[in-house]
Amino acid sequence: MTGGSALPLGDSLEVWVAILLIGVATYGFRISFIHLFGRIDEVPDRIKRLLRYVPPAVLAALVLPDLVTLRPSVAATLVDERLIAGVAAGAVAWRTENVMATIATGMVTLWLFRFVVFA
Amino acid sequence: MTVDGDRLADGLLDGDVWAGVRDMSPLLFGIVPFALVAGIASVDAGLGLVEAVGMSVIVFAGASQLAALDLIESNAPLAVVVGTAIVINLRVVMYSASIAPHFAEYGRRFRAGLAYLLTDQAYALSVAEFEANPERSRWRYYAGAGAALWVVWQVGTVVGVVVGASVPDAWGLTFAVPLVFLALLVPAMKDRPTTAAGVAGGTVAVVAGGFPLNLGLLTGAVSGVVVGLLTEVVGE
Repeated sequence: MTGGSALPLGDSLEVWVAILLIGVATYGFRISFIHLFGRIDEVPDRIKRLLRYVPPAVLAALVLPDLVTLRPSVAATLVDERLIAGVAAGAVAWRTENVMATIATGMVTLWLFRFVVFA
Repeated sequence: MTVDGDRLADGLLDGDVWAGVRDMSPLLFGIVPFALVAGIASVDAGLGLVEAVGMSVIVFAGASQLAALDLIESNAPLAVVVGTAIVINLRVVMYSASIAPHFAEYGRRFRAGLAYLLTDQAYALSVAEFEANPERSRWRYYAGAGAALWVVWQVGTVVGVVVGASVPDAWGLTFAVPLVFLALLVPAMKDRPTTAAGVAGGTVAVVAGGFPLNLGLLTGAVSGVVVGLLTEVVGE
């Protein structure tokens, strides 16, 4: 935990507050133009262009920190069971675009390196 | 007035509702592992069954749920948890705008109900179907597709909580979280600007991993969007 004034999400009340705030905002996004239709028919072009880059940017920012930990040497950074499993899973995702096959490849590769190769 | 023939043929389900359910079903194979992982991640983040299901019902948006759970687990401040989830769900505004004309004929309250079921999958299926098959009942098809996804999402969350609570930590089941995102990321990087957005977003998030308040993800996401836009401008 960093930052003393921050609200740690340790207990149930804070978790519920987070769930409610995210839920209200997300519902707001869902209903936005469905509700406004007739008054505003189109997302302004500038916003549309910006929103196009949200999925790849967000997803990559979610994925990579779970696969890569920067270490003092390049070798130590690359020889990591999570990164190896991620590369294997990424190749399968690219070839098949199948969620199940991607997860299966990644998990099996992770276990192979964690329990057999690096054990 | 005659009774709808499809309704007789399908028993409980109306023909248009059923078409939505049927078209959604192949996509559910991708949703099942996603929902299981949401349940497993909930356990890891210290949530109970009621909180996990509460999140799946109230938020009902997988990627943002997983990101929020990850941040809750690492004790991020409330504002960062909520802010990150909001950025992830911004894309839904696009779906809302794109599907809105199809719902224009319905009343305001009814539309408010339909909006709740708006997801990547229900949106993509419905808009494609309305193009291909204009006489299809808009709300019935969309509601069938959306409700099928909703049910699988909730059941999957519950099963995930049970599984997550009974599998040893050493198996690293939460590694399935980045794998799910990876499966979504690869098709999202479909041209040069979107690929640049992904590469920049991921790289910055890794480098910013040590940022205070777990702001690394948010910093990476914003950087990725900016780099995507810049790449698009340079390419023009």
